[in-house]
Amino acid sequence: MSVNRRRTPWMLAGGLAAAGVWVLAYRNLADMARWVTYRLAGLEPASHAASAVEFFVYEAPKVLLLLLLVVFAVGIVRSFFTPERTRLVLAGRRESAGNVLAALLGTVTPFCSCSAVPLFIGFVTTGVPLGVTFSFLISAPMVNEVAVVLLFGLLGWKVAALYMSTGLIIAIASGWTIGRLGLERHVEPWVYQVAAAAGEGSDARFSWEDRVRAGSDAVREIVGKVWPWVLAGIAVGAGIHGYVPEQFLAGIMGKGAWWAVPLAVAMGIPMYSNAAGIVPVVQALLGKGAALGTVLAFMMAVIALSLPEIIILRKVLRPTLIAAFVGIVGTGILIVGYLFNAVL
Amino acid sequence: MVITVYGPGCARCYETERVVRNVLAELQRDADLQKVSDYQAIAAAGVMATPAVAIDGVVKLCGRIPKKDEVRAWLT
Repeated sequence: MSVNRRRTPWMLAGGLAAAGVWVLAYRNLADMARWVTYRLAGLEPASHAASAVEFFVYEAPKVLLLLLLVVFAVGIVRSFFTPERTRLVLAGRRESAGNVLAALLGTVTPFCSCSAVPLFIGFVTTGVPLGVTFSFLISAPMVNEVAVVLLFGLLGWKVAALYMSTGLIIAIASGWTIGRLGLERHVEPWVYQVAAAAGEGSDARFSWEDRVRAGSDAVREIVGKVWPWVLAGIAVGAGIHGYVPEQFLAGIMGKGAWWAVPLAVAMGIPMYSNAAGIVPVVQALLGKGAALGTVLAFMMAVIALSLPEIIILRKVLRPTLIAAFVGIVGTGILIVGYLFNAVL
Repeated sequence: MVITVYGPGCARCYETERVVRNVLAELQRDADLQKVSDYQAIAAAGVMATPAVAIDGVVKLCGRIPKKDEVRAWLT
């Protein structure tokens, strides 16, 4: 369309300007935070309050800036994937290779836990093996861009990469195990009677302008929803950072306490928070002597297994299968927690 | 014309219904607007991501809230 062609240069110019502002803001964050803390608020250097405030005014805008950038980019990437295409790739796959593919596709296919049930039905009734479906359902919420951005921004790329790769491994291994156990008969029987139409989905053809728009829609939707969590999480983190004494948690959540990992997982499963709220708290706990494995296990349990999701899945899964799902994923998280505490 | 909005009852599904209603009112069109929240029926329609909208049984959009322009284009 001619209208679109005329708008493209403007979008490009706007994009460049936005990128410039972004870089400028990101590079001056530390100075800005110091100025706000010591000049504007006039806080005593090295006091509890100054340490908490500086933490907040530095980390909150930093994480929000990173989120804007990555959610936009991931929004564009996701416009290349739809649940329908993913299903087509996975249908009739053998296990193992199927599990790996499903876990990987879970990270990029647009997914919202509110459509977990129709997606589950759509997958298993069109030839995607049960275990492969689970690999997808485990990786999709756990390995998401919000979690990875926050881990990268607050704890560095090593922890972010560690989380991402172990999250994928848990999704692959748990899905494979569920497939091996032959639990198909514990799916509610009506599920297999649904003759799911092989819908093609919408938006088959996308121009680059549409994809950029998909990116900004993602920013509006995801950042719009997540920012209060980020601020609340960083505020709690700032409080811990400023007021809890160093090494306070070493005894309870440190490497020495063998029971800390199972306790963290058991506490994390019923809790529900999104990654945006939990990572800043995790970072603050780490700073006070908690062990990385314990804290990562806690975070994974909170994000990957949650009571609301279990209740939603109960509509299609019988209790035995629910228990197997929670047990297997929980065990995977436990192993990861112990492994990191032992290795790092 | 039958317009079907698929969604188990999440905030985005209500928003979708509102957008469709607004466009209908704007165009002063009368259509049979149906809401489907039963999972079995959602899956049977081939919908794997909600909210979704179908016009006369043809799924037009899945997994996001439609824009007003899009709805207008389906209706005309």
